[in-house]
Amino acid sequence: MSEPLLDVRDLRVTFLTDGGDVTAVDGVSLALGADEVLGIVGESGSGKSVTMMSVMRLVPERNTRFEGEVLYGGRDLMQLSRRTMREVRGSEIAMIFQDPMTSLNAVYTVGWQIAEQLREHEGLSAAAARDRAIELLRSVGIPDAEHRVDDYPHQFSGGMRQRVMIAMALSCSPRVLIADEPTTALDVTIQAQILDLIRTLRRETGSSVVLITHDMGVVAELADRVLVMYGGRIVEQGPTRAIFHDPLHPYTWGLLGSIARLDRPRPHRLTAIGGSPAPAWATPSGCVFADRCPHRFERCSEPPPLVAKRGAEDHLDACWLPIEKRGDLR
Amino acid sequence: MSAFVIRRLMSMLLVLFAISVLVFVIFFAIPGIDPSRQMAGRNPTPETIKAIKHEFGLDKPLPVQYVLVMKHLLVTRDLQSYSNRGVEVVPQILRATPVTFSLIIGAAVIWVFWSVVIGVAAALLRGTFWDPLLMSLALIGIAMPVFWVGEVANLFTQDRWHDTFLFSWVPPLGYTPFTEDPVMWFKHLVIPWITLALLYIGLYARILRSAMVEAEGQDFVRTARSKGISEQRVLGRHMLRVSMITFVSLFGLDFGALAAGGALLTEVVFGLPGVGRLTYRSLAGLDLPVIMATVLYGAFFIVIANALVDILYARLDPRIREPVTA
Repeated sequence: MSEPLLDVRDLRVTFLTDGGDVTAVDGVSLALGADEVLGIVGESGSGKSVTMMSVMRLVPERNTRFEGEVLYGGRDLMQLSRRTMREVRGSEIAMIFQDPMTSLNAVYTVGWQIAEQLREHEGLSAAAARDRAIELLRSVGIPDAEHRVDDYPHQFSGGMRQRVMIAMALSCSPRVLIADEPTTALDVTIQAQILDLIRTLRRETGSSVVLITHDMGVVAELADRVLVMYGGRIVEQGPTRAIFHDPLHPYTWGLLGSIARLDRPRPHRLTAIGGSPAPAWATPSGCVFADRCPHRFERCSEPPPLVAKRGAEDHLDACWLPIEKRGDLR
Repeated sequence: MSAFVIRRLMSMLLVLFAISVLVFVIFFAIPGIDPSRQMAGRNPTPETIKAIKHEFGLDKPLPVQYVLVMKHLLVTRDLQSYSNRGVEVVPQILRATPVTFSLIIGAAVIWVFWSVVIGVAAALLRGTFWDPLLMSLALIGIAMPVFWVGEVANLFTQDRWHDTFLFSWVPPLGYTPFTEDPVMWFKHLVIPWITLALLYIGLYARILRSAMVEAEGQDFVRTARSKGISEQRVLGRHMLRVSMITFVSLFGLDFGALAAGGALLTEVVFGLPGVGRLTYRSLAGLDLPVIMATVLYGAFFIVIANALVDILYARLDPRIREPVTA
């Protein structure tokens, strides 16, 4: 990969609570290339959203400690003043959220909400911003956009609202689009439409996308590269093909094993990962997955480094198991 | 919209009619309250009572009495007080109304301004000692009875410190119409305004703070921040705007209740001849026509305030409005 667009280095996010410090993101490094779709998968609480929200500096700063660097365009976003950060937000890096039902302000028309962002970053007049909002709504496939622009969020269905969110996120042609579980709250047919839309628009605008999800299917559909997170750490990362065809980490095995596949004989039961995720306030000092891992051994009490094995430079994992034995263990 | 207004007006009339009947029944039909005995003075002869009853139409059947009272009140507008013979009720109320409105509008301005300032400040300063401090002050404001605050204010401004530079400008209790002398009007009212506003500042600051804190955690606020708009805009246009829905509807109801005579205690304490004080006096003297008139007047304002709140609520929250058919 040439010079990455977004380069997160050793990000650590700690919430200081009454019950002690909770490390939600524990030394995550990731790089997003130009014109790339990076998928981040992991279960709830694995730190994937907090990582990307921290990049946007949207995590409430009170009682939270941030460490590490977020390099974008030669600057460390963590060090920017709030004011300068605002100029990046929405115009350079934009975000779509999980629940389109609650992510829009119910008391303003969708057009107003899109125009608000345009006027902030592009300095458009009210009329020009409105025209642009209509164009954007049309480009995300909202029929009758010139009338719908004056409708309120509650007059749209869930899928349509997510389209509005996408139109808003893309309004200032950001170079990075962070999509935080954009299809989770939608039903399956709508999910496919929204994924198609993200794919098409991405191709047209040339934005890079970080796609946060817990749905392996969504990742397979869109991502070029995948990052698997567990317990606030990255346990495996690599090209999508490699992750699906040759997963290295036992946690990834578990994730893939729990997908119902239609192209193979039906197994008796889907495999599930035993146990439940370690609570964030009691992350083990060794491998985060050790407690649930069927293959753990003595060495797992030390934290495994995220390194490339077997020569493939771009396929990394954090596991002590000898690489030769993994094929048999899976 | 016009259908909405007509529907609203019809239901208003119905409510007002029901209230008038109810009040009439309570005061005229329930045994034990006999206005003729009140009017007849001490140790009246049965003949005197009978004569009075006849004169005021109190010997007629109840429905006829009701119609008569309402006719004098609303149509000929010459309903007379029972206790002060010859004094007409309607002009009394018309004289009292501007006093009450002067009092409550001024108080409302103060209370809206300060409750927004305190509520927003407390929400923004959450996690510092300012938030609990402001909220405790608000609670104190709520907890102090208005008649007590009023009496204390009078004690200092009229008596103890009246001769110091602090309060020497305070005129004696009473009221001067705005049209007569605006400066005097202001001087008379400024202390009653603050006294009446204290309770509501506390109440509304707390309501606003919790609405703001609730808004803070909402997804749409996060979306607003992700758009890169200024923090002031996130606060004013998004959080405060949404929090205002609760605030404004409560304000309408409280303001209506005050207009209806709810400022009674403040008016009595400060000697302001408003509707509240009129109600208070008529109740004390069991002056049935005045009671009827003030209660109906009050009901009128409460119903109006309710209708306004409904309309305003729909203006503030598009989800309440009827869906636009595409």
